[in-house]
Amino acid sequence: MANKKRKKKRRKNLFKGYELDQTRFENDEDRDFAVKVENVSMKFSMGLKQGRSSIKDVVIMGLLPTMWKKRQQEKDKDAFWALTDINLELKKGDRLGILGLNGAGKSTLLKTLAGVYRPTTGRVKKKGVLAPLLELGAGFELQYTARENIFLYGAVLGYRREFIEEKFDEIIEFSGLQKFVDVPIQNYSSGMRTRLGFAICTAVKPDILILDEVFSVGDAKFRRKSEQRIIEMFDTNVTVLFVSHNLGQVMRICNKAIILDHGRLIAEGDIGEVAPIYEQMTGEIRQIRQAAKAGVDVGSLETTPTGGPLSKEQMDAILEKYRDFD
Amino acid sequence: MLTFSDYKKKITDNWFLLSELVKKGVRLKYRRSYLGILWSLIEPILTTIVLVIVFGTMMRKRPPDFSLYIVCGRIVYSFYSSTTKSACMSLWKNRSMIKKVYLPKYLYPIAECVYQFMIFGISLSVVALVMLYCRRAPTHFIWQVIPALMILFLLTVGSGLILSPLHVFFRDIEYLWNVVLMLIQYMCAIFYYPKKLMNSQWGFILKLNPMFCIIDAFRGGIMGYLADPWDLMYSGCFAVVLFLLGVFVFRRCQEELVFYL
Repeated sequence: MANKKRKKKRRKNLFKGYELDQTRFENDEDRDFAVKVENVSMKFSMGLKQGRSSIKDVVIMGLLPTMWKKRQQEKDKDAFWALTDINLELKKGDRLGILGLNGAGKSTLLKTLAGVYRPTTGRVKKKGVLAPLLELGAGFELQYTARENIFLYGAVLGYRREFIEEKFDEIIEFSGLQKFVDVPIQNYSSGMRTRLGFAICTAVKPDILILDEVFSVGDAKFRRKSEQRIIEMFDTNVTVLFVSHNLGQVMRICNKAIILDHGRLIAEGDIGEVAPIYEQMTGEIRQIRQAAKAGVDVGSLETTPTGGPLSKEQMDAILEKYRDFD
Repeated sequence: MLTFSDYKKKITDNWFLLSELVKKGVRLKYRRSYLGILWSLIEPILTTIVLVIVFGTMMRKRPPDFSLYIVCGRIVYSFYSSTTKSACMSLWKNRSMIKKVYLPKYLYPIAECVYQFMIFGISLSVVALVMLYCRRAPTHFIWQVIPALMILFLLTVGSGLILSPLHVFFRDIEYLWNVVLMLIQYMCAIFYYPKKLMNSQWGFILKLNPMFCIIDAFRGGIMGYLADPWDLMYSGCFAVVLFLLGVFVFRRCQEELVFYL
């Protein structure tokens, strides 16, 4: 009995990723939740990277307290909330689409879930192994060959050595790089790098899978192949968090969705409920844009965000708000 | 509060990543260089020759085994300076990974120290070469080399753990540290004999410098004399305190620093 238990434990360890201390579940009642986001807010200071980067400045400002105070005030003024009071609960096997315009806070939410950012307030609870697929292949060592990179990248993702050795051939085969295993990555095309990154990240059978626009890369054949692989994973009851601008893709993959707008959760529910809201949102913007381009009187438009006719000022405000939207 | 078994689990969990990072450092150092591993031997030999010629001729009477004296100090100091410099940059260099996935960040400066220490181990054969040249056989004082190197390693890791997160917040630490390193170098008695300075009122400057104590013990082991054991004790305590301080600083900064990368 004890032997069996140990064996099971070892098997599980093989797929172990890094666990954050904050991710452990304390109560048994939480057991069927895969991801729980409680009152998460995320504050960024805009000038963080530029400000306070020199120790000389700090010494000088330490001598002049008024200057220090002013700097702190400026920092607070620059602060902006990338996420405001987000609450989410995902059961095991849920597939959540995260919709929203550029700058809505989608990637920040995913990075908070992945443990890269610690939320300013609130907490994130996760259960099981998490595999993040963000900006595939960005972390490769360019002078390394594919073989070496598979081990390095796998180690970074928290895989075990035996696990990588076991999956090595599968990774190479899936990425279709059999001929280039011992060629340094710097000679690869960006598509080849992405394929390799995808193959490594999906080699593990995770409990939670984070997908940040990963299908918009590679050629059509590989895109189909990778989507197929993700869909295969659904059979293992994986929890998916999926960010995409392509509503069709989200509807194919997800059963639930949320819409983020300027860091706020504005809609939440089954994909069937949320998709029309998003469609309306983007449709209106498109319509208004086209109207503005053609010089049509806005009052004649049938659907407007407020339900009634729009004034020129309102339209300008909406256009300004969604300027970045494509 | 983490218990001992938690730490043990953490170490075994991260062992593979640490070994991959160390391997990466060693491999990339010697990839695409024709001289390969020979290079880490040639560099200390050349600097030793130059230092012996310059400072040896400046002295009225060149002391015996001056080249052995110099190579001991030079090789230990240059390990410390180059390793702390690269550990200082390690988080910044790997920012593309750190910003993307959650991983134990302290492994980056530690891996840097470990792989440089391995290369340092190889370059120690230069000391053996110079010993042959000077016709010196190792004496029973050689045991001093082992504690000296252990303290050196701990001191380097501690410095790296403090410098690397600070460098993320204050980008000019890099230049400031170069200045500090130069001061340390002059206070290490690498290319002069400390006797006169020691007997003056300024002797405490050398005594307070842990690097001087380490170099002195290392030299004692190689050249066959007993260095002051209290110096070795002092530098050992200094290294332990610095290491604990490094762990403390790193733990305080590790959540915050991702926003500055």
